[in-house]
Amino acid sequence: MTLNEVIAALGLEIVHLEDGERRVEDGYCGDLLSWVMGRAAENSLWITIMSNLNTVAVAVMADVAAVVMAEGVEAEDDVIRRAEQQGVNLLRSGEQAFALAGRLYAMLKEREHDPEV
Amino acid sequence: MNKRLHYVIDGDDFTSAGQASGDVKKVLKTLGVPSEIVRKASIAMYEGEINMVIHADGGVIDVDIMPDRIVMALKDSGPGIPNVEEAMQAGFSTAPDTIRNLGFGAGMGLPNMKKYTDSMEIDTKVGVGTTITMTVKIV
Ligand SMILES: Nc1ncnc2c1ncn2[C@@H]1O[C@H](COP(=O)(O)OP(=O)(O)O)[C@@H](O)[C@H]1O
Ligand SMILES: [Mg+2]
Repeated sequence: MTLNEVIAALGLEIVHLEDGERRVEDGYCGDLLSWVMGRAAENSLWITIMSNLNTVAVAVMADVAAVVMAEGVEAEDDVIRRAEQQGVNLLRSGEQAFALAGRLYAMLKEREHDPEV
Repeated sequence: MNKRLHYVIDGDDFTSAGQASGDVKKVLKTLGVPSEIVRKASIAMYEGEINMVIHADGGVIDVDIMPDRIVMALKDSGPGIPNVEEAMQAGFSTAPDTIRNLGFGAGMGLPNMKKYTDSMEIDTKVGVGTTITMTVKIV
């Protein structure tokens, strides 16, 4: 599905949207940055509570579709600016990572079984 | 498409770490290197770049982009790695809590560098420094 569809379905707040048509093919939850780079698939929606400049760098290197800062975590101005500079899709949600991931998982699985949906 | 890139990594600036790797990523993309190869090379280099900043007070990185491979040489004059075998183990880390609070220091950097490269060589001497040379094949 596209990032725009994911944003609408999960009710995500847009902090910086570079490319809403980007494909979201997978998801990953995690706050340890090396774990994310080691395990997250490219084009994943990365759900995390780790919000700093390194988060943006990791999103770039790991080629994730977007970063979602969950559980109401705020992005500082410097983080937002870096995301803009680097062209990283940055989103927010007040919901817990578990709830967001669960809903995304269900949506991605549904589409896997029925690509027409 | 032979290309040589050289970077000086500032040991004091943890927040700007990633600029060299980000630049290499852009260059590789521009050269039309396949995206999964670009991803592997840039993650490996970023982990090395971060290690230079966290553990070795900075250093220099040379990147050689050749038609069939990318060679990244990361050289620092830091404390060196006393036990490479131990350092390579997933989860081993001497990073301080301040670094952990920023999401690094999980002891997965060197394992990621190994995982995403086709060869990795560590030349290190305690009190002298560390040179890590990584090669990613372009297939
Ligand atoms: N360039 C380096 N200079 C000195 N020590 C290093 C260097 N790179 C890695 N190390 C040592 O190896 C350990 C493991 O590195 P790594 O797997 O990247 O984990 P982390 O960086 O999370 O601690 C580090 O904690 C550090 O003790
Ligand atoms: Mg490391």
